[in-house]
Amino acid sequence: MVQSLDRLKESASQTAGPYVHIGCTPNFSGITGVYEEDLGNRMLSPETKGERIRVIGRVFDGVGTPLKDALVEVWQADAAGLYPSPQETRGQADPHFSGFGRSPGDMETGEFVFDTIKPGPVPFKDGRLQAPHLTLWIVARGINLGLHTRLYFGDETEANEADPILSRIEHRSRAPTLIAPMTTEDGRPTYRHDIYLQGDRETIFFDI
Amino acid sequence: MSGGSFYQRDRRWHPPAYSPGYKTSITRSPQKALIALDNTLSEMTGPVFGHDMLGPLDNDLIRNFAKDGDPIGQRIIVHGRVLDEDGRPVPGALIEVWQANAGGRYRHKKETYLAPLDPNFGGCGRTITAEDGSYRFRTIKPGPYPWPNGPNDWRPAHIHLSIFGHGFAQRLITQMYFEGDPLIWLCPIVATIPDKAAIERLIAPLDMANTVPMDARAYKFDIVLRGRRSTLFENRMEGN
Repeated sequence: MVQSLDRLKESASQTAGPYVHIGCTPNFSGITGVYEEDLGNRMLSPETKGERIRVIGRVFDGVGTPLKDALVEVWQADAAGLYPSPQETRGQADPHFSGFGRSPGDMETGEFVFDTIKPGPVPFKDGRLQAPHLTLWIVARGINLGLHTRLYFGDETEANEADPILSRIEHRSRAPTLIAPMTTEDGRPTYRHDIYLQGDRETIFFDI
Repeated sequence: MSGGSFYQRDRRWHPPAYSPGYKTSITRSPQKALIALDNTLSEMTGPVFGHDMLGPLDNDLIRNFAKDGDPIGQRIIVHGRVLDEDGRPVPGALIEVWQANAGGRYRHKKETYLAPLDPNFGGCGRTITAEDGSYRFRTIKPGPYPWPNGPNDWRPAHIHLSIFGHGFAQRLITQMYFEGDPLIWLCPIVATIPDKAAIERLIAPLDMANTVPMDARAYKFDIVLRGRRSTLFENRMEGN
C-alpha cells in the first residue's frame, strides 16, 4: 500500500424526494408560521440595479411529462457582472440583489418562475468574457444528484457566439438547449426556458 | 477564506443518474454525457446566509410548529460538523432539514399515507454552522414509511438535508439514516449508491456521550462537502 492522501470523501448525494418543499419552501407546501418567508422567494428589491426580467420554464421527463415536484435554484451575477458572495474578489456586488433564487414548480402545471435582473458578463478563467447567463440547479424525486445547467439569453446573439463554453460544445445542435428565447409579456422581457431531462431534446448538463 | 476551483466530484462514489431499482430515475436521468466544465466564477462563488436570518426555534423541530404541546415520538438531538474533503471545517454553511413525523407521515398536500399527522409537528428546520463547522438540531425520530416503488418497499427512517457551502458547486442534498435500521439495506434509494462505504457514511451512530439523560438521545452526523484549491486568481498556479 502507498501512503494515504488522507482526504475525506464527499458525502454521497441522495434524491431530494417528492417532499423537498417541506424543507426548502415550507410556506409554499402549506407549513406556515415556521419561517417568515421561503428562502430564495425574492431576489429583488426596488433599489436593485438592472433590467427586470422574468424567467419561466418547466422541467420535462423522458416521456414528455412536466415534473410537478421539482425544485429549481438559480445563482447569478448582478447587473455589473459581480457575484454577491464573500468569494467575489473583484469588487462589491449590488447590496440590494441576492443573486440566489429558488422556485418550486407549480403543483398543477410544473411551471417555475424567477423574477430577477439580467446579469452582466462574468470573465472566464482566461480573461475572455462569458455571455450573460444564469446557473441553474435542479433537484426532484428520481434525480439522484442535483443537475447543473445554464441559461443563456436569446437576445445576446453576439455574446453567445463568443461565449467560451457555448462555443466549445462539440455537438452544435445541442447548444440551443441552453439558450432561452426572449418574448415580451406584461411589458417585461420574459425568457421561456424548458428543460428536458432525457431524450432527443435533452438539455445540456454540466459536470462542474 | 480563499476560494479556488473545487476538486472534481467522484461520480463513481455518488449514485448514477440512471438506477433502475429506483423506478422514477428511469425517465428522469439524462442519457447523454455530462459536459465537463472547468470551474468559473459562476461555480466557485455561491450564496452565503447570515445567522440573522434564523429564528430562535429554526433548529428545534420539537418546538417550531408546536401548537398545544410537544410532538409525539422519540426525542433526539442530531449534531455534527460540516467539513470539506481536506477535513477543514466549513463555517457559515446553511443546512436545511425535512422529515416525516414519528409515524412516517409527511406534512405535505400530496402525501396520502394513512398514518396520522401530528398537530404539533411540522417537519422542517434549518441552521447555520458555527466557526468550527458544528451544527445541531432537536427533533423527533422519524418513522419509516411505505412508498410505491416495488409492491412492498419501505423507506428506512431518514432525515433529508440540503447544504450550502461556500461555492455553488458544493451544493448538495442527501439523506441521513440511523444506526442499526435493517431497512437501510433493503432500500432501493439507498442502493442507488454503488459503494457500501459511501452508504455507511450516511448512517448516523447513536452518540450516548451527547445524549441528555432523561430527555433526548443523540445521533452524530458529519457532512463532507467538496474541497477546493486555494486561489481564485487564474493567472497563478492553483494549489494548496
